[in-house]
Amino acid sequence: MTTRRQLAGGLPPVMVPFAVLAVLFLALPVVGLVVRAPWRTIGAELSQPESLEALRLSMVCASLATLLCLALGVPLAWVLARGDLPGRSLLRALVTVPLVLPPVVGGIALFTALGRRGIVGRWLDQWFGISLPFTTAAVVVAEAFVALPFLVIAVEGSLRAADQRLEEAAATLGAGRWYVLRRVTLPLVAPGLAAGTVLCWARALGEFGATITFAGTFPGTTRTMPVEVYLALQRDPSAAIALSLVLLVVSLVVLAGLRERWLGTSR
Amino acid sequence: MTPSGRSSGGSSSGGSATYDRTVLEAQLVVRRAGFTLDVALSVAGGEVVALLGPNGAGKTTALRALAGLVPLDAGFTRIGQEIAEDAGARVRTPPERRRVGVVFQDYLLFPHLSARENVAFGLRAGGVDRCDARGRADAALARFGLAEHTAKRPAALSGGQAQRVALARALVGEPRLLLLDEPLAALDAGTRIEVRADLRRRLADFAGATLVVTHDAVDAFVLADRLVVVEDGRVVQTGTPSEVARRPVTAYVARLVGLNLYRGVAADGTVTLDGGGSLVGAHHDDGAVFVSFRPSSVTLHRGRPDSSARNAWPVTVEALEQQGDTVRVALTGQPDLAADVTPLAVAELGLEPGARVWAALKATETEVYPA
Repeated sequence: MTTRRQLAGGLPPVMVPFAVLAVLFLALPVVGLVVRAPWRTIGAELSQPESLEALRLSMVCASLATLLCLALGVPLAWVLARGDLPGRSLLRALVTVPLVLPPVVGGIALFTALGRRGIVGRWLDQWFGISLPFTTAAVVVAEAFVALPFLVIAVEGSLRAADQRLEEAAATLGAGRWYVLRRVTLPLVAPGLAAGTVLCWARALGEFGATITFAGTFPGTTRTMPVEVYLALQRDPSAAIALSLVLLVVSLVVLAGLRERWLGTSR
Repeated sequence: MTPSGRSSGGSSSGGSATYDRTVLEAQLVVRRAGFTLDVALSVAGGEVVALLGPNGAGKTTALRALAGLVPLDAGFTRIGQEIAEDAGARVRTPPERRRVGVVFQDYLLFPHLSARENVAFGLRAGGVDRCDARGRADAALARFGLAEHTAKRPAALSGGQAQRVALARALVGEPRLLLLDEPLAALDAGTRIEVRADLRRRLADFAGATLVVTHDAVDAFVLADRLVVVEDGRVVQTGTPSEVARRPVTAYVARLVGLNLYRGVAADGTVTLDGGGSLVGAHHDDGAVFVSFRPSSVTLHRGRPDSSARNAWPVTVEALEQQGDTVRVALTGQPDLAADVTPLAVAELGLEPGARVWAALKATETEVYPA
């Protein structure tokens, strides 16, 4: 009660209409998607083999990208939160680059690094015969590149918030490094780790720009849901809307899951 | 205080042969920018020693060094028969292998574990199986009067309960050495008295060596058999609580125990004070001495008193402060002093800042001891 009154009291009246406009601006497109969805034919649209294939590929790639991000991101977050290295602020800035970089540019950048003629990809091709672009692996790499910052930032934050003195207390009780990690540190950072994983997965699932640039649009191997939506829009808008609805539902589920977790763990 | 009454009883845990002897012996040297900790400590089995000192004196650093959480720059730590650390020989046992129980300030209970799992943690880390560890944790918590709280998370415990869980957690592994860092500082004044008395009983039952770090004189005096007073990273005084209380040697300790303290040179029964003025004291040898007396031993008079008091000197009132049913009067003169008088005396003498009166003190009320 009191907070609401304080809020209303401290609010310049001129802000209110703009705030209302902002809400409409955010909500209307979602409403439009729901209103214009081809509800009668939606079952048929979604059970098209291409749609199912794209959905499956998206799920698999987003999950693999998330695993890759966990394997690389957790150690990186650890170094950023706990390490005592000199260029740490620079490193942190580097981690956030994919957040602000246009995804298409990210795709091009991946090409220059991992493409057949890229600075690293050239050697991959020469020594191992591995060519990354336009494969499912490329989708995973592109998604991981874009999604990694979400995981690193969330985990780093929770590592910083976790009281390191608890780890010292554990050590005085006779717990070695791994035992402390397993029974103290990881449980303490679990909420942040979970939130970071979900955000990372959601970002990977929606990845479009870097994917289409670095991996292309090959049905069954690189044509993920967002790419499928984009292509469908050109030949059959109602199919695009139906597919978009699926992604919308997934996002809402993720959002609900996150809220639940955040509310559940923080008091 | 019973300095030696706890030595041999109840050493049912392992290694009882060493418990009557010195369990902890250490020379702790830790260097920081602008600060050096350099203290020697020894604690016998069954003995409780308080490391007493103002904030920033290095007490917590000393405790962390003993636990192995801070490396020594020089010196050594011996716990039982084992050299846990020797800076010269580059020997250093990590904290998890020292068998030292620590009760941290704010207790540092694991927030995601129940009281039972907190206490069982060390046992489980040491390889005791889950069932056994839980059984022992439950038994330990029951001994600490927490049988109904075993399933609770730390957030659901009161301050006093959390303190007992922390103590149970530190003791369940039967350490040789128990370290407590400001064990009562996190409690409010009401529960503090009760928890302090309880803690004293618990420590009396512990057969190993106990070191309590505190800046609170009452905590130190109630809990400890022996005090080690630290200021600026150095030991300034050691002794039983009554020795320290009666004969403080630094302004800090004097303030803690509420005494006026001066340093001076004694000759022919009179002590010439370093800070100016002189006092006639009780019998003592000549040479460098400390003189101390209680604020309540001082009487204040409007003019030069013609009582039997051997010491009398003019003073000026600087400040007054009500303390319980007496008034503490800060006075400047040769020497400065604090005096405790009744509110009635304040009214009769018209004591207020700036007022000029005479202070009188009997020679028999002073304590004179070698510096």
